[in-house]
Amino acid sequence: MIQEATKPQVFSDTEGHAEKNYLNAGHTLASWLLTKDHKRIAVMYLISVSIFFLVGSIAAMMIRLELTSPRGTLMSSETYNKTFTAHGVVMIFLFLIVAIPGVFGNFLIPLMIGARDLAFPRLNLASLYAFWIGGIMATIALLSGGVDTGWTFYTPMSSMYSNGNVTLTLVGAFIIGFSSIFTGVNFIATIHKMRAPGMTWWRMPLYVWSHYSTSVIILLGTPVVAITLLLVVVERVLHIGIFSPELGGDPVLFQHMFWFYSHPAVYIMILPAMGVISEVMSCFSRNKVFGYQMVAMSSMGIAALGFVVWGHHMFIASQSMYQGIVFSLLSFLVAIPSAIKVFNWTLTMYKGSVWLASPMVYALGFIGLFTLGGLTGLYLACVGTDVHLTATYFVVAHFHYVMVGGTLLAFLAALHFWWPKMFGRMYPEAIAKWNAVVVFIGFNVTFLPQFVVGYMGMPRRYHFYYFAPEFQIYHVMSTLGSSVLAFGLIMPAFYLTKSLISGPKAPANPWGAKGLEWEACTSPPDKHNFHGIPVVVGDVYDYNAEEEELRLKGLAPQMVTKDDKVKFI
Amino acid sequence: MNFPYRPEQASNFAMDYDALFFTISALTAIFTLMVMVLCIWLISKYKRGKDADRSNPVHHNTMIELVWSLISLVLGMGIFTWGSKIFIEMRQPPANAMEIFVVGKRWMWHIQHANGIRENNELHVPVGQPVKLTMISQDVIHAFYIPQFRVQYHVVPGRYTMLWFTATKAGKYNLFCSMHCGTQHSEMGGYVYAMERPDWQRWLASGGNRYKPVPETMVAAGEQLYKDFSCSNCHKDVDDMRAPSLNGLFGRKRTFNDGTSMIADQEYIRQSLLNPGLNVVKGYNVTMQPYTFSEEQILAIGEYLRTKGTATSEAAQSVNPAVINTAIPAGNAGGNR
Repeated sequence: MIQEATKPQVFSDTEGHAEKNYLNAGHTLASWLLTKDHKRIAVMYLISVSIFFLVGSIAAMMIRLELTSPRGTLMSSETYNKTFTAHGVVMIFLFLIVAIPGVFGNFLIPLMIGARDLAFPRLNLASLYAFWIGGIMATIALLSGGVDTGWTFYTPMSSMYSNGNVTLTLVGAFIIGFSSIFTGVNFIATIHKMRAPGMTWWRMPLYVWSHYSTSVIILLGTPVVAITLLLVVVERVLHIGIFSPELGGDPVLFQHMFWFYSHPAVYIMILPAMGVISEVMSCFSRNKVFGYQMVAMSSMGIAALGFVVWGHHMFIASQSMYQGIVFSLLSFLVAIPSAIKVFNWTLTMYKGSVWLASPMVYALGFIGLFTLGGLTGLYLACVGTDVHLTATYFVVAHFHYVMVGGTLLAFLAALHFWWPKMFGRMYPEAIAKWNAVVVFIGFNVTFLPQFVVGYMGMPRRYHFYYFAPEFQIYHVMSTLGSSVLAFGLIMPAFYLTKSLISGPKAPANPWGAKGLEWEACTSPPDKHNFHGIPVVVGDVYDYNAEEEELRLKGLAPQMVTKDDKVKFI
Repeated sequence: MNFPYRPEQASNFAMDYDALFFTISALTAIFTLMVMVLCIWLISKYKRGKDADRSNPVHHNTMIELVWSLISLVLGMGIFTWGSKIFIEMRQPPANAMEIFVVGKRWMWHIQHANGIRENNELHVPVGQPVKLTMISQDVIHAFYIPQFRVQYHVVPGRYTMLWFTATKAGKYNLFCSMHCGTQHSEMGGYVYAMERPDWQRWLASGGNRYKPVPETMVAAGEQLYKDFSCSNCHKDVDDMRAPSLNGLFGRKRTFNDGTSMIADQEYIRQSLLNPGLNVVKGYNVTMQPYTFSEEQILAIGEYLRTKGTATSEAAQSVNPAVINTAIPAGNAGGNR
């Protein structure tokens, strides 16, 4: 008898569902706000980034609606500029950089390596508070008066000419930087020192590997951007000449310092997403990730090479011709580890047992969009083609393919995959699966036309385009797509929230996944994660697709329960 | 419905550029399709519950991974070499290039031809002639972008930057500022006119926006200033998107964005020149920079506007035939920043 493939409850019993867990371990507000439990901090991160994502999305919809008309109708140019700045700042600093590490990194790293918590629980709480303080400062700055510099804060506009709340926003971003650094330090220390017995480096899930490389980037890059933003504040407030030629500074210096962080920051946003995809592809293919060591090493390769390609943001910014060519060459090299990953995720399905559950559908969507996003990066890494395309909608489309098609879809895949583990409840699987399809279609309709209009010459950050009315058709298509996308992004908020109240209780391992977080703890996990210290005896991702198929047909014994499989000290 | 997919090819770079662009596009399409087909094939073959040979699963194959990486590397290096070749050409103007100077300021392009012709937000160039732009910004970073020529480069304060092209096809092309520079960023642009050489010669002979010696009457002097500062580039004979027409302005009631109104007189014109943001005509944004004129000049402009668009202005022109002066004019180039 083949089990119905749409039902995630592989096991009919809900034995693994814990009535006493980290969620109900304390009910006071203080038990949340003063908690040192990495799982509670992760839940608070989830609520925070969801709110910030909503703010950033509203700004995005305002931009899309405004651009349906070549001359705009809803807002003044000043408001438009403040709106796209708010969209960029909120989405990058308050969502993309934080979302996966803050929520799933915090929640999963200790569970995946068999630790009771992160190495520095208080520092972890401090990172949440730094994020809140910085995030609230930036939000206040953006909503009261606003900032019109764009999220890139290019000098001398940001330091000398803009009248908005630039200083407050920059100080907010500076504080958020500390939140990042705290998290990075914590993850590195935890991964090095707190792995359970038997959890060797080559037995670590790829999700942990990707966070390890991300944390290295955070520690090396964030201080540079933090000091850069502070220098802008210094020039703005004290008029000490650093970037403005009027004061004897160099405006292009800012771009070097900014992109030295902000290009690696792209990998801070995408590497954890890649980790998620490795986990999901493996679980729902019932197969070990193809070329596991190569994928782990490619994360480290990306982290290293990511630091030497920042100049590709500045091909036409008056750096020397030779510099442009060298940065172009290095940018092509960093594409290769990403190509390896896409190839390996796809081959993970080979001889697997592919289960198209909702996290898998999101992950497959990721592979499609990330492939196109990555390949369109070639136009921009190539110094010759970049000249015409840089600062047009082509670039806008490219980084949305990587950041939304990539990171956001991986975030949704992760949310659906680990939701039963985090909250002990199942959501309506069929709705979730079709919603993934809606997101995929809405996304493509939104951003594919932007490649064309960018190549046509539509500059980014333009409020009006009445002088080139041929752009309009593409903007209208894009806006239509964005409303489908918006629908697809609002839906999870409803069905996931509903599942918290009335969803069926989840067993410890609803997906039949491998890994300590599924096999050695309940859903939701106990306050101290494990009942003892787990001992890891098997290899990572020791799925067996052949056996799984026999089990589906009732020809093999059901999977062993956690107590038989995992040993505790 | 019309779906244009490519900007016109109007410069020496456009053909080469598009050849590379569509080569990368072909590679992108092939690789994306390959990944998609592979995914769909693997899903349909190894879908859960479907009979397939799942014995001896393969967990890694270094050979395949290396081959895949090498193919990516070789194709990448090919694109890199081709792209760098185009870029090197773009960064090295030929020795016979005609030099034109560009000043970017919030939010207009000021173009200065070596022979004295000045233009705002317009650039007239002859077809077939390499043109080298030497550019500088007066305030923030701008970028000079002509999509139909496939050229774009930053215009930075405190240093000169360069961009060159040879227009290959007569026509009117977009000129954009593509580096976000503040409130009116999306309107900091205009048009590039590529003209066949005889047309361009005629344009030169007609004076373009050429400086003329100071005429005698105030009306003529005002008209001269009006032309020198290219007021008509924005203030056309009829109201348009960028600015209202000034024809028949004098003595008429003007209504402003904040709902107040004023009769257009000398005082209003003075205020509008020195502080354009003070009274903005309903429906417009402040695109104009404050100008630092002498009081005499302001009066002359007022006198000219008193007659502009009326019968007197034709009379004023007829007594003051256009005199072409090849000297480079001295004095203020426009805004005060």
